[in-house]
Amino acid sequence: MTAAGTVARTRSVALSVAWRSVHNAFHNPAILLPSVLFPLFFFMAFAGGLSSVQNVPEFDYRSGYTSFQFAFICIQSAAFGGVFTGFAIAGDFEFGFARRLLLAAPNRSGIVAGYMIGAMVRWMFVLAVVFSAALISGMRIDGSLGHLLALLVLALVVSATSTLWAAGIAMRLRTMQAGPVMQMPIFILLFLAPVYVPLHLVAGWVHDVAQLNPFTALLETARGFIAGEPTKVALSAVCLVAMFTLVVGWARGGLHSAERAG
Amino acid sequence: MTALTHSPMPAQVGLLAARAIKGTLRNPAQMVFPIVFPLVLLAVNAAGLDAATDLPGFPADSYLDFALAIPFMQGALFAALNGGQDLARDIEGGFLDRLAMTPLSGAALLAGQLGGALFMGLISAVLYLAVGVAFGVGIAAGAGGALVLLLLSLAISSAFACLGTFVALRGGTGEAVQGFFPLFFVLLFLSSAFFPRDLIEHEWFRTIATYNPVSYMVEGIRSLVISGWDGQALAQAFAIALIAIVGFLALSARALRTRLVRT
Amino acid sequence: MTHERAIDVAGLVREFKGGVRAVDGIDLHVAAGEIYGFLGPNGAGKSTTVKVLTTLLPPSGGRATVAGFDVAREGAKVRASIGVALQDVALDPMLTGREHMRLQGGLQGIPRAERARRGAELLDRVGLSDAADRRSKTYSGGMKRRLDLALALLHNPRILFLDEPTTGLDVQSRTALWDEVERLARQEGTTVFLTTQYLEEADVLADRVGIIDRGTIVAEGTPAELKAQVAKPTVEFTPRDAGQCSIAAAALAPFGEPVAARRDGSIAVRLESGADQLADIVRALDHAKIAVAHLALHEPTLDDVFLAKTGRSLEGAADGGTAEEIAPPRRDRVAA
Repeated sequence: MTAAGTVARTRSVALSVAWRSVHNAFHNPAILLPSVLFPLFFFMAFAGGLSSVQNVPEFDYRSGYTSFQFAFICIQSAAFGGVFTGFAIAGDFEFGFARRLLLAAPNRSGIVAGYMIGAMVRWMFVLAVVFSAALISGMRIDGSLGHLLALLVLALVVSATSTLWAAGIAMRLRTMQAGPVMQMPIFILLFLAPVYVPLHLVAGWVHDVAQLNPFTALLETARGFIAGEPTKVALSAVCLVAMFTLVVGWARGGLHSAERAG
Repeated sequence: MTALTHSPMPAQVGLLAARAIKGTLRNPAQMVFPIVFPLVLLAVNAAGLDAATDLPGFPADSYLDFALAIPFMQGALFAALNGGQDLARDIEGGFLDRLAMTPLSGAALLAGQLGGALFMGLISAVLYLAVGVAFGVGIAAGAGGALVLLLLSLAISSAFACLGTFVALRGGTGEAVQGFFPLFFVLLFLSSAFFPRDLIEHEWFRTIATYNPVSYMVEGIRSLVISGWDGQALAQAFAIALIAIVGFLALSARALRTRLVRT
Repeated sequence: MTHERAIDVAGLVREFKGGVRAVDGIDLHVAAGEIYGFLGPNGAGKSTTVKVLTTLLPPSGGRATVAGFDVAREGAKVRASIGVALQDVALDPMLTGREHMRLQGGLQGIPRAERARRGAELLDRVGLSDAADRRSKTYSGGMKRRLDLALALLHNPRILFLDEPTTGLDVQSRTALWDEVERLARQEGTTVFLTTQYLEEADVLADRVGIIDRGTIVAEGTPAELKAQVAKPTVEFTPRDAGQCSIAAAALAPFGEPVAARRDGSIAVRLESGADQLADIVRALDHAKIAVAHLALHEPTLDDVFLAKTGRSLEGAADGGTAEEIAPPRRDRVAA
């Protein structure tokens, strides 16, 4: 097969796998609903219940608490969307469907790429719902359209990164019981970032950890885009590229592990 | 003829509770997550929201004191989830049908089932209390208050376990229980668990939290930790837990009768 | 077909963790257009062999080429040449039959326009046109197998691997599947590598049969050749009075050598001159005044081949049973 042919086949595989991922999500409420409802609910609970915390004197985010939390939910839903896709991959291996994919695809990295694209498409739907809810509840956007597009790109890379992370585990363990192993590290990284208040208001050891956590930079950048005051963009870009590169290797290892196990 | 044939009801309950507890103990992974997760969340929230204690009128000096009530609620939720899933597994795997072939009474089945969840609830509650005290949380109501706290926590665990049992019996699948679980968390997050009701800015949220029974359960536990003996808070918390126990137990009994159609 | 041998395997080994050799140095060759039956009990190494040949598992040793491509080094080319229907049907319960076809077409890189046409054609061929727009979770076991087969055929593979395709199917579905496999091989020249634990399936379908036991091939040839190696019918006789066993044994001795009987209190003899001796045997027993409780003639089967090669019966082998303990079901001619 020529190089162009290989690319075309890989693209065909990736698009087919992505199509299935999106198709199944939209035909099975049990798959789609949690990935929509969880972020929506977190957004309601945090933006609605904790907003008084913006009255603390040193709380200095200019676009208001709803926007402050929307940025978090944006990153959180993208990351969790990847994990939910990881559950689906593990399920495909556990129930044997993955064999069909492994058998049919000449270049198997197309399969992983397909899952990744599927996760991103699904997340965009989630984002549309949460964004609408945020606008209805009076979210203030001080950033330009360009800033919002930059936020979209940032979150899409987070989605891709977390999908590859979860895929690496799913293809190594090949059981849905691996769910918590995919979810916990992402959860811990997310919540060891400044979720409720800006970094300088976070107390104790969490503050120290948050300073080193790449998700802190991502959150601050996301919030900066909404406020129209881009913050730590270069640092976030470096973090994203580094994390993405790492998880590409991780997912590739997972794929090899799955291939070895048959 | 099985061993259960001539067992009196307490013995039947004991057998089933022992089985449920053994099942839990033999699957430590099932225990670790429900116990550790609330503690992690507590640690994170205590640091993340400590700034909130600077707000005028915040009822505690440290957010850790304020938030210690939350793990007790989460522990109860996880115990209910695990119990419900175990029961659903029994239904799916046909074990419940096997039990139906024995002279086991429905009441014993329910009580045994709850025994397992209560055991989980108790272990986690004792642990949360110990961790809280170790990290400097003072129980304002003293040692007696700590005992009442455990008692209330058990009552709350029972209430949620009854709900979990009902969902399992009604739905009959692990997915049904799992699918219901987020609702538990919605109830917790839309309550006054994370912020004092009178400091919640948004009117709609404050209204939901006021009508949400979980608010009163949390406030009952919290009162013992941060304000001492508060008769009204305790009475409301116990009353809601008891009403939930009685209500969901009745629903479970009905669901069990439907599921175990014996001639 | 450019390759005379569709499948060529030499010294193939697949070892799992803990040193378990599921496939322990097998050699086999399948000619293009041939139906090759791979027969063996559960756990003999059939599915592992199929997984290695279909690139789902890398071999631990030895060499295997499929359609002329090395399974270890040219996986993508092998996959492009083969169709596979595995033992556990790999279907997505959420997708309809038609959607499965569409997905498989995309995975196989079939041009979009052709996907729908070919998908519909295959669904029709396996009798699933009416159910094409129903989700696969609503399909019966037989329908799932047929969909799985259709998916395996979508890209016109030259070689088709079927791993226990009829296990768990009713007689009607089984016969329909056999017909389709036969048609594929005879009319389209597709090479079929079929694993089965059913003797009858191998006997009816396969041009040649390889018998695998505990990871090694114990016999290979056409069903007729294999049966001829061990093939002499046996007669089994049960006297009404158990005390007459020794007299009966003496009466039957001239007809052939005694072999292990399958029923308690019975005597079995492998007939030297074939089934024609049956009438003489009945006369001999009558002459010795022995009342007959049961008399059966056993035609040789592939199970006899398995029994002869391994000392165990195929049906009992998976459980570690022996021929003496397990009486295999046979197509017997009961004479009395």
